[in-house]
Amino acid sequence: MGHQVLTGAERRHVGLRKIFDRVLPIILSVAVFVAVATVASLLLTVIITGGHRLSWNLILNYPSANPEDAGMRSAILGSIFTVGLSALICIPLSIATAIYLVEYSRGGRLSSILSYNIANLAGVPSVIFGVVALGFLAYWLGMGRTVITGAFTLAILTLPLVTVTSVEALKAVPDDLRFGAYALGATTLQVVRRVTLPRALPMMLTGGILGISRALGEAAPILVVSGLLFIREDPTSLFSKFTVMPLQLYNWISRPQPAFIELSSAGIIVLLLILLALNGAAIGLRQYLIRRMGQNWR
Amino acid sequence: MMANPKMVGLILTFLLVGGVVGYVGGWYVSGASTTGGAVTVTEKITVTAPTGGAVTVTERITVTAPGQTQTSGQLAGEIEIDGSSTVYPLTEAAAEAFMKLHPAVKISVGISGTGGGFKRFVVGETDINDASRPILKSEAEKALSSGVEWIEIPVAIDGLVVVVNRQNDWVNCLTISELKKIWEPDSKVTKWSDVRPEWPNERIVLYGAGPDSGTFDYFTERVVGKLKASRTDYIASEDDNVLVAGVEGEKYALGYFGYAYYPHAADKIRVVPIRDDAKEGSECITPTDETVSTYVYPLARPIFIYVNKKSWNEKPWLREFVIFYLENGENFVRQVSYTPFTSQYYKAAAALLRAGITDGLFSLTQVVVWKNAGPH
Repeated sequence: MGHQVLTGAERRHVGLRKIFDRVLPIILSVAVFVAVATVASLLLTVIITGGHRLSWNLILNYPSANPEDAGMRSAILGSIFTVGLSALICIPLSIATAIYLVEYSRGGRLSSILSYNIANLAGVPSVIFGVVALGFLAYWLGMGRTVITGAFTLAILTLPLVTVTSVEALKAVPDDLRFGAYALGATTLQVVRRVTLPRALPMMLTGGILGISRALGEAAPILVVSGLLFIREDPTSLFSKFTVMPLQLYNWISRPQPAFIELSSAGIIVLLLILLALNGAAIGLRQYLIRRMGQNWR
Repeated sequence: MMANPKMVGLILTFLLVGGVVGYVGGWYVSGASTTGGAVTVTEKITVTAPTGGAVTVTERITVTAPGQTQTSGQLAGEIEIDGSSTVYPLTEAAAEAFMKLHPAVKISVGISGTGGGFKRFVVGETDINDASRPILKSEAEKALSSGVEWIEIPVAIDGLVVVVNRQNDWVNCLTISELKKIWEPDSKVTKWSDVRPEWPNERIVLYGAGPDSGTFDYFTERVVGKLKASRTDYIASEDDNVLVAGVEGEKYALGYFGYAYYPHAADKIRVVPIRDDAKEGSECITPTDETVSTYVYPLARPIFIYVNKKSWNEKPWLREFVIFYLENGENFVRQVSYTPFTSQYYKAAAALLRAGITDGLFSLTQVVVWKNAGPH
C-alpha cells in the first residue's frame, strides 16, 4: 500500500525515539558502573586500611585496650548467637504469617490491614525496635539484657522484610496449580504442604538471607538492648550477656589511635566474610531445595 | 514433598530444646556463682594524705561482706559497668589488666553513654558508672530515692580543643564569650566577621560533637552556660575523625572535639588558644598536657567513675578492682592517650580508698594539682 506519509513533527518524534533508544543503554550502564565502583572502592579502602591487621588474634582474642592484642571473639560469637537465633525465630514466623495471609485469608479485609501494617513496620527506624524490646522484653518480661532479648529484637526487626518476601513468593506460585489441587479435593493444608510451600520456599530463603544480612549489620538496637562492649567470656546460654560486631567496629573506629581504625577495617573484613559464609550456606540450601523440587515435580 | 513439614518441625524442636537448655544452663551458671556466707575483712593501712603538709592518717576499718565469700585469697565475682563511651577505653584497659591477674572476676563494660549509664546506676542495676561529667541533680535525687549511694572517683582529665584550618591565619585566640556567641542557640554569627569585624567576611563552617556525646554536654555547659544548649546548624559527629577531616578540608571551618584526639591530628589542623574572659586578667592558653592537667586551660574537665556504695561494701573483688584501677591509673590513662592527674593523686586516692575513706576524692585532685602547679 505504499509508504505512510509522516508529518515533520512525527518524523522528529521517531528520530528522538531512536536517539533515546541508543542513549538509554549508555545511561543505564553508567548507573551500573557507579554502583559497582562505589562498592569496589569501599571494599578496596577497607582492605588497604585493615588488610594487614587481619590475624587470628582478631578472631580469637577478647577485647583489649592494646590494639596488638585486641580481638572481637565475644562480639563474633555474640553476633552469631543472636543473629542465628533471630533467624530461627523470624523465618518460621514470617513463613507462617505469609501462609496465613496468602492461602487462608487472601483478599480479606483483615489480610489487607495486616499487609499494610507489615509494610509500615518495615519502615520503622531500627533503634525504635531496640527501645521497645528493652522496655518490654528486658524489663517487663524480665528477660534482661541477654542473648535471647537481642535475638528477639533482631527477629522483630527482620520480620517485615522476610514476611513481605515470603508473601511475594507464595503469590508467585501460579493459581492454576492451586486450583488444580483444590479441584482434586485437597484441603488448604494439603495445598500448602504439597503445592505452594515447596514452590515458594527457595524465594522465601532469599528473603531470609536478606533478613540475616540486615540483622548482622545492626548496631543501633543492640546498643540499646545490650549496651555492653567489653566482655571477656563467651556467650554460653540464652541468658548470657552479649555484644555484637557492629558495636565493636563502631567503638574502634571512633577511637583516636590509628591502630584501632585499622583494626576496625580488619573487623569489617571479618564481618563481610561471615556474611558471605552465611549467605553462601543459604544459597546452597536454596539450590538444593530447587534441585529436589525439580526431581519431584518433573 | 514431605521434606518441608519435617524441616519446620525440626526448626521448632530446635528452638524448644535450645530454649530449655539455655534456661537450665543460665540457672545453673547463675546459681553456681552465688554460694556464700558472711566474711569479715579487716584491713589496716597507713596513708600519707597530701593535704597541706605531710599528714599521716592511720585508719583501721572493718568491712563486713555478707552473702559472698572470698576463698583462699582467690577473688571471684562479677562487676557490671556501664556508662560513657568517653571513659570506656580507660575502664577497658583497667578491666583487662585486672582480669589478667584475677581471671575469676568477670567484668563487663557497656557504652550506653553517661546519661544512659546513670539511668541504670541510680536504680542499682550496675556496680560502676563511667561518667564524663559529675552526676546531675536529677540523677542524684533518683538515686537517693531508690536508696543508692555512690562514691565519686575522678580518674582522668578530658579536655576540649577548638581547632581551625591550617590556612586560617587570622585567629590567634578566642574567648569563652566569643565561643558562646558563635555556638549559642539562635546564634547570629554566620560569618567570621560577625565574631570580630576585622576577620574575613566569609561564611564560618562549624563542626562539633554530636548531641549524645559527653563532649557535647561538657562544651554546651561550659561555653554556652546551659547543658545541651547549642545552635543546631553545624556539622555534628560522634566520630572525631570526621570532625578533623572536615576542618582539614575547609579553610573557613571552626570545630571542637576531645583533647585526647588532638595529638593524633595535630599536623592536620591548628589548635586555637582559649581565654576565659570571665576571669579577670586571664590570658590566652594553648592546650598542652601541662595546662590541661592543671585546669589552667579553660576547657578541661575531670572524668569519673561512680561506684555503688552497696557493691563497694559487699563485693571485695570490686574494691580490689577500683583500687587497682587507681593504683595503675596513670599508666592506663597514658595507654589510651588521655591526660592523667599527677602521680601523687593516684597514689593518695588508692591509699585512701584502701583505708575505707571514700569521700572527697575530687577535692583531692585539686589539692594535689595545686601543690604541684603552685608557686611554693
